[in-house]
Amino acid sequence: MQLIRRFAGYLHKYRLWAVLAVLCVATEAVFELVIPMIMVNIVDVGVATGNRPYIFQQGALMCVCAVAALLLGVGSARFSALCGHGLAAEVRKAEYAKIQSFSFANRDRFQTESLVTRLTSDVTTIQNAVINGLRPAVRSPIMMITALTISFLINARLALVFLVAAPALGFLLFQIIRRVRPLYSRMQRAIDLVNRIVQENLTAVRIVKAYVRGEYEIEKFGQVNDNLCQVSRQAMRIAVLNMPAMQLVMYGTILAILWIGGGMIIGGSMQVGKLTGFLSYVLQVLNSLMMFSNVFLLLTRAIASGQRIFEVIDEPLDITEDDAKDVTVERGEIEFDHVSFQYKAGAAEYVLRDINLKIPAGSTVGIIGGTGSAKSTLVQLIPRLYDATEGVVRVDGRPVREYPLAHLRDAIAMVLQKNTLFSGTVRENLRWGKPDATDAEIEVACHIACVDEFIGRLENGYDTDLGQGGVNVSGGQKQRLCIARAILKKPRVLILDDSTSAVDMVTEAKIREGLAHCLPHTTKIIIAQRISSVLNADQIVILDNGRINEVGDHWSLLEHNHIYQEIYYSQQEGAGL
Amino acid sequence: MAMRVPTSYKRPKDLKKTLRRLCSYLGMHWLALTAVAVLVVASSLANLMGTYLLKPVINNFIAPGDLPGLARAILGMAVMYGAGALATFGYNQLMVRTAQQVVARIRQDLFAHVQSLPLRYFDSHTHGELMSHFTNDVDTVTEALNNSFTLLIQSFCMVTGTITLLILLNWELSLIVIAFLAAMTAFILYSSKRSKHYFSQQQKHLGELNGFVEEMVAGQKVEKVFNHEPQDFARFCELNESLRQAGTAAARYAGMMVPTVVSLSYVNYAVAACVGGLFVLAGHSDLGSLSSYLVLVRQSAMPLNQLTQQGNFLLSALSGAERIFNLMDEKPEIDEGDVTLVRVRPEADGSLTEVPERTGHYAWKCPEENGGSRLVPLKGDVRFDHVTFSYLPGKPVLRDVSLFARPGETIAFVGSTGAGKTTIINLITRFYEIDSGAITYDGLDLRRIRKDDLRRSLSVVVQDTHLFTGTIADNIRYGRLSASDEDVRQAAVLANADSFIRRLPNGYDTMLSGDGDNLSQGQRQLLAIARAAVAKPPVFILDEATSSIDTRTEKLIEQGLDSLMEGRTVFVIAHRLSTVRNADAILVVEQGQVIERGDHEALLEQKGRYYQLYTGQSQLA
Repeated sequence: MQLIRRFAGYLHKYRLWAVLAVLCVATEAVFELVIPMIMVNIVDVGVATGNRPYIFQQGALMCVCAVAALLLGVGSARFSALCGHGLAAEVRKAEYAKIQSFSFANRDRFQTESLVTRLTSDVTTIQNAVINGLRPAVRSPIMMITALTISFLINARLALVFLVAAPALGFLLFQIIRRVRPLYSRMQRAIDLVNRIVQENLTAVRIVKAYVRGEYEIEKFGQVNDNLCQVSRQAMRIAVLNMPAMQLVMYGTILAILWIGGGMIIGGSMQVGKLTGFLSYVLQVLNSLMMFSNVFLLLTRAIASGQRIFEVIDEPLDITEDDAKDVTVERGEIEFDHVSFQYKAGAAEYVLRDINLKIPAGSTVGIIGGTGSAKSTLVQLIPRLYDATEGVVRVDGRPVREYPLAHLRDAIAMVLQKNTLFSGTVRENLRWGKPDATDAEIEVACHIACVDEFIGRLENGYDTDLGQGGVNVSGGQKQRLCIARAILKKPRVLILDDSTSAVDMVTEAKIREGLAHCLPHTTKIIIAQRISSVLNADQIVILDNGRINEVGDHWSLLEHNHIYQEIYYSQQEGAGL
Repeated sequence: MAMRVPTSYKRPKDLKKTLRRLCSYLGMHWLALTAVAVLVVASSLANLMGTYLLKPVINNFIAPGDLPGLARAILGMAVMYGAGALATFGYNQLMVRTAQQVVARIRQDLFAHVQSLPLRYFDSHTHGELMSHFTNDVDTVTEALNNSFTLLIQSFCMVTGTITLLILLNWELSLIVIAFLAAMTAFILYSSKRSKHYFSQQQKHLGELNGFVEEMVAGQKVEKVFNHEPQDFARFCELNESLRQAGTAAARYAGMMVPTVVSLSYVNYAVAACVGGLFVLAGHSDLGSLSSYLVLVRQSAMPLNQLTQQGNFLLSALSGAERIFNLMDEKPEIDEGDVTLVRVRPEADGSLTEVPERTGHYAWKCPEENGGSRLVPLKGDVRFDHVTFSYLPGKPVLRDVSLFARPGETIAFVGSTGAGKTTIINLITRFYEIDSGAITYDGLDLRRIRKDDLRRSLSVVVQDTHLFTGTIADNIRYGRLSASDEDVRQAAVLANADSFIRRLPNGYDTMLSGDGDNLSQGQRQLLAIARAAVAKPPVFILDEATSSIDTRTEKLIEQGLDSLMEGRTVFVIAHRLSTVRNADAILVVEQGQVIERGDHEALLEQKGRYYQLYTGQSQLA
């Protein structure tokens, strides 16, 4: 119930249409009760008395009613369509906005494809429930109450049969819904699984093809597909029990009335004609009940989807702006003060332990360390992509929590290790850094990132369309585009997380020079594998298994730090290209 | 009411084609569907009979006060009703089963087809849009099969039945009724054709929204880093709004069908009643038969009415099905090869014998024209002969490239980013088809070799590492499904992944999800190398396989790889691997052409591009 109230909240913008839709359906139902009376009149009054004008008059009246019913019907279809799709659009919007506000940690709790399903097919379920359910939901109670009233008026004692039939019906419906509800949720989860396999196969299509695992994947898909088939079958099998159950009650009621009513007539307490009329109203009541039970099933299905939607909407955000003040990043000085971090609260191991590090504004810091030594994690704490578990990260002497998020992330540009270009043109992608960037600004940024020459070779230059994931762009070009995108932000702090791994050495050196030259006051943090990338940094941080092993400059580290020496010599032997 | 339909819509033929294909899926279950039809008819009959029996029961037993007779009649009706309910139960259960099987089959076929599509297709379609076929489009078909199929049968039977009765009762009046029914049917057909267009639009917009959402949700980290939420939200709202409009239009159009049909049926009744009334007054007919005739007239519109109420389901299902079948009609990867890869045992005399077990030796089995076949030992000799290739027509990425790799050689590709190194790899694996020239593998034209076998002979570590949901062990085993736990562990040791894996809470059984997001990029690359190592193929291809791995770890991997690479042909793309230096041949690729070839020393002496690249490093290090 609460769920329905919450959805009703999203209907706010469309409430006028909702009211109109209900009104239309209700009036239409009244017409449907009136028209049969006219029908009866034509024959029983008009034809029986031989009154031609009356026949035509009633015939014409019926045509008028038909037109009115048409208008109402069209109206109700139109309004309920507006409501259903309007509601769906609002829910999707709210959900999308919420997903956007998710922190990385929030995101880690949901899989991409599950979020996509919750945004699309779950919302469609709700939308269908409104569009297809509104009419019967309004109509059947009206029809039922009218018919029920009339049948009580005809013979109140006989109508008592309903007192048995209705609870029986209610009980059966309740049993069905109680059983089907968890199955609907399971079904939705099974759909997630199917989607996951599809999604993984789309992203990893090269791996699947390279290892000739098509058959294997098809088999894997077959399993989740079968599972979905099984679960939906179970759910649907129970849901369709609704119909025979209704029929049983309906038929039972008819027979009971025939028997009891028959007895009454034979006993003389009822007239024969009344029974026929009574029965037709009984049929009407039961038909309405059946329609209504379908509404319940639609609702049950919608509730299962609704819960999944609200799981997203109600997910507590773990990075909030509660402590934010109206302050800005001025210099770009960074300080880690006894910072420890773990991805999951209560996990046995800390990913980062007791990090103390001061990065003066405008300086360049290199971070190197073994695979999995938490280099990326460390820098992700600065723009608050994650919050430190213990300790404080400060920018300009102020805890990062005190900055408005948007500002903090504007001031700190980060080129992620696993980077993404989006569908759209080169220019559109670059403008992520600065939406109103002029062509000149874009060109400068691209020049610094050494990607201008590549763009120059493209047929449409900056207007070249990149497919999803930057398909036609090589790894190194992609990395350089991402750097250009970050430079456009003119940040106080620039973080390059292994962003030149696929760029050749000469180009990388050029990029580094460009950065030093064009962004002299920007604090630069460079995570790299190659010593040459961090060689000239003011300080080099050596991370080892989540702890800082040592901080120093190239020469001092080379002199006495074992890890650094080892890295250095390993690169001396292998030619870098 | 006259809605303008864009000119792009002029394909009623497609509707028929879609229906036919859908029917071919249903056809596999013809037995069950026939049973469903029979049961539907039985159930409807029981229902109708019950209604018709009410009157005789009242007249024959209740009116005369025949209580035992009434009891018998009620008992009889109870049996009939019971049978009817049972039939309802039966067809519902059968239909659910059939519907789910049909849909599962469609999904399976769709997935299998997507697997067969060439990479070019994936390059030009967003994942979300492709996903939408599996979710939103398949959903529409499911809904329709669940809800509407039985109604279709029911309605068809009812219409036929009532029309027959009407004609029998009064054929003159029936002309009016039939005219109206025909008009209604024509209207339904006409407007469903039009509104199907709107449903197609709806599904299209839904697909686009899906594509956008998928891309943004997957790339959310970048979005956050760039504070790009407002712009994306605006774009989302745009797509959301056009979906809302398309959806509203479709639902509105489909929703108009019901009231129109209902109203037409009222008018039909009015006309029939008036004309019939005149007949009676003129003495052509009597009042009683007119009444019962008119009851039937009222009923005759019911089935059509019911059908149109399913309009939403049926029409969106047709558009969904059409989109599904369109995807199924996309051309799969070309694979005309007839040469297969077989295991062989070298005999003492140097000849080869095909054997079923693993020997570590492979050969290409080439069918000969005379029906026999020839075995060519797999050595790993790859040659490019004047190969030109472009991703987009007219924009060559590789121009007239000729190169060769002798068996057992390690060939390194170096060159600026975007020079075409990865493209060369993409051609060896035949992910793309070349424009001109030829590629040979052990002297065989690459196109003669069956694609699966070609790729089985290669082990590729691609630039973008992707992991699958499953355990770490599962992911390594992806390289060779039959690998034992020990094989997996050895491969991990070789890739230097073993130590970090063992530190994970569940070791090799640690579950990975979301493309292995819980691992660092370097760790993911280690797993990718382990995956390639476990496959132990004759040819190795490493495309920037260690770019995110620190150099100390890389050195350790190298030692492992060296043992693995021994005797195998290896292609390496790297910016800083010492393997490059030790490679038998280094190929410098620039702007789609091989400009230098030689070993490390020779190239340095040449003082060309390689020298520049290499000394760039030396100065810095």
